[in-house]
Amino acid sequence: MLTFTIRRLILSIPTLLFISLVIFLLMELAPGDPMAQVPLTVPPEVKEKMREALGLGQPGYIRYLKWLYQFFVIEPMVFWDYLWGTAHTEGVQRVISWQTRSPVMDIVIQRMPQTLWVVGMAYIVGILIALPIGVYSAYRQYSVFDQAGTFVSMIGFSIPPFFTGPLLIVLFSVQLGWFPSIYDTTHVVTDWASFKVQFLQMIMPVMVLALQTTAQISRYMRASMLENLNQDYVRTARAKGLSEAVVVMVHVLRNSMIPVVTVIALGMPAIFGGAIITENVFKVNGIGQLLLTALFANDIPMVLTLTFIFAILIVVFNLIADILYGVLDPRIRYD
Amino acid sequence: MTDTAQLDPIAALKDKEPSKPPRSQWKDVWDQFRKHKGALFGGGFLVFITLFVIFGPYVWQLDPQKLDIRNKDVRPIYTWLWDSDAKVSWTRPFGTDNLGRDMLANMIKGGRTSLAVGWAAMVLALFVGTLIGVLSGYFKRLDGILMRFTDLVLSLPLLPLLLVAVTLFRQPLRAAFGPEQGMFVLIVGIIAITSWMQTARIVRGEILALKEREFILAARSIGTIPYKIITRHLLPNIMSPIMVSATLGLATAIITESALSFLGVGFPSDFPTWGKMLADSVPRMTEYPERVMLPGIAISLTVLSVNYLGDGLRDALDPRIRGR
Repeated sequence: MLTFTIRRLILSIPTLLFISLVIFLLMELAPGDPMAQVPLTVPPEVKEKMREALGLGQPGYIRYLKWLYQFFVIEPMVFWDYLWGTAHTEGVQRVISWQTRSPVMDIVIQRMPQTLWVVGMAYIVGILIALPIGVYSAYRQYSVFDQAGTFVSMIGFSIPPFFTGPLLIVLFSVQLGWFPSIYDTTHVVTDWASFKVQFLQMIMPVMVLALQTTAQISRYMRASMLENLNQDYVRTARAKGLSEAVVVMVHVLRNSMIPVVTVIALGMPAIFGGAIITENVFKVNGIGQLLLTALFANDIPMVLTLTFIFAILIVVFNLIADILYGVLDPRIRYD
Repeated sequence: MTDTAQLDPIAALKDKEPSKPPRSQWKDVWDQFRKHKGALFGGGFLVFITLFVIFGPYVWQLDPQKLDIRNKDVRPIYTWLWDSDAKVSWTRPFGTDNLGRDMLANMIKGGRTSLAVGWAAMVLALFVGTLIGVLSGYFKRLDGILMRFTDLVLSLPLLPLLLVAVTLFRQPLRAAFGPEQGMFVLIVGIIAITSWMQTARIVRGEILALKEREFILAARSIGTIPYKIITRHLLPNIMSPIMVSATLGLATAIITESALSFLGVGFPSDFPTWGKMLADSVPRMTEYPERVMLPGIAISLTVLSVNYLGDGLRDALDPRIRGR
């Protein structure tokens, strides 16, 4: 298992390098000049100087290697300095956003908590709803509950978040006035009343994201449970007189969770992608919204870094899913 | 040696008349498909909405772009049921928007674009996916490199990359093909090259299993060339997984296009699609909720019906389930 993990870790380095190259080349090939907004009265030699100040003077491969160096060496060192108060990176060039002229990673760190709160909470809520639904609809296959569950998850698959979002806003914040329609990220939780405000404003974005998670995971849970319920070991467990609750909740559930756990790990990056839309609907200023604004402002370093962070998330969670599968299922041996 | 002589050898060798006419495979599939109510409804709705957007402009001949500022903000006709003071008009059954453009005509035009993007992207993705799947399943030498490539593409962050690609490549394609065609080519192309991977994996798996069967061996032994084996023997046998992934692809393509339009990187603003109409009406949705609801419901129902269709097709095309 350890050798497998190490091998996969080493294999993920070329994958990440390839992805970063693809993203970089995409930006490189794309037309669009960061100097397009500069007035025409600015003389060309000044424009050339501004270009060099943005780091655009060198050929592409040098900029790519520099960006790689900054992302993989300098930024972790900055983080190290921040953690331990050392000063290894004094005066070193970091990845600078063209919009704000400040380091990209600083802005990302500022935006990350909002995304993590909403996305993470949505994922947990979605899983907590999905698992019991999946278990029960498999246990009572073709019952009314199962049919209803199938229908609801079909709807969850089909209604896009950019429709459920406005729908919930009209229903709950305009008609009923229960929840605020805009997520206020400056809100600080200090006491019970402010916690309640935070809770209320999180409900709608979490619900929108959780609907999709629930739809997907409850289907997987149901399929996995159905597969296990007809196995011989279940009959054995019943035959030796175990109660139905123990048979289903301990024997069957534990075995059915194996594929579901990997699906949960694999779905994590996708929900970050889906958060781009949800953040746009509820005006959450997380990293999805940051990506959108950076795109419209033609802020290449920011877009490059953010897209690459999404890529790292995917690769890391794929790795986690593979390892979890091997750890949880003793029948799977990678060596 | 006495009794057997009585038997008529000719009659014994004759085939018996079949008691009933043979059933074709597709009739079985249709019978199973008909049992799945959701799939039947889904298929029916998909046909209906396709006919609606194809023939709609000939029946409802209003120009979707025509500004009619006197008749702006007309509510849909059904608003009259609960609010008799509402500004409704029989000539504007779905109402008009804030510039007086007819909503029904816009829904038809927008649906045309959304469905056209969906179908075109799905067909393209299916073609690429099947090609790569067949190549890597049939030719062992290509398998490693093609599947590595598929894995790499699968680990790309697709929605961010879609956004990046659409924003960055908008200008040159518009210049090359005109504002609307350029955007159409760009969106279809980009959705297709980011959604072929699942099809490729499924097709490869099926081909790997089929390739070892005796009928392929027989075909090879009489000297059939690989191209003919693939087109005559392999592809017809993997039609069912391809069709199921086609329905999934259609649903994803429609949703992706709407999401791009919603985020403001899709078609130009005077070119309606369902996602764009939804996005444009979100700021005033408290006064005019129907302008969000109509395109939203259209997208959701189309995708829902496509998903149900896929579900029914999967059941109908799987011979192990079909007997039940």
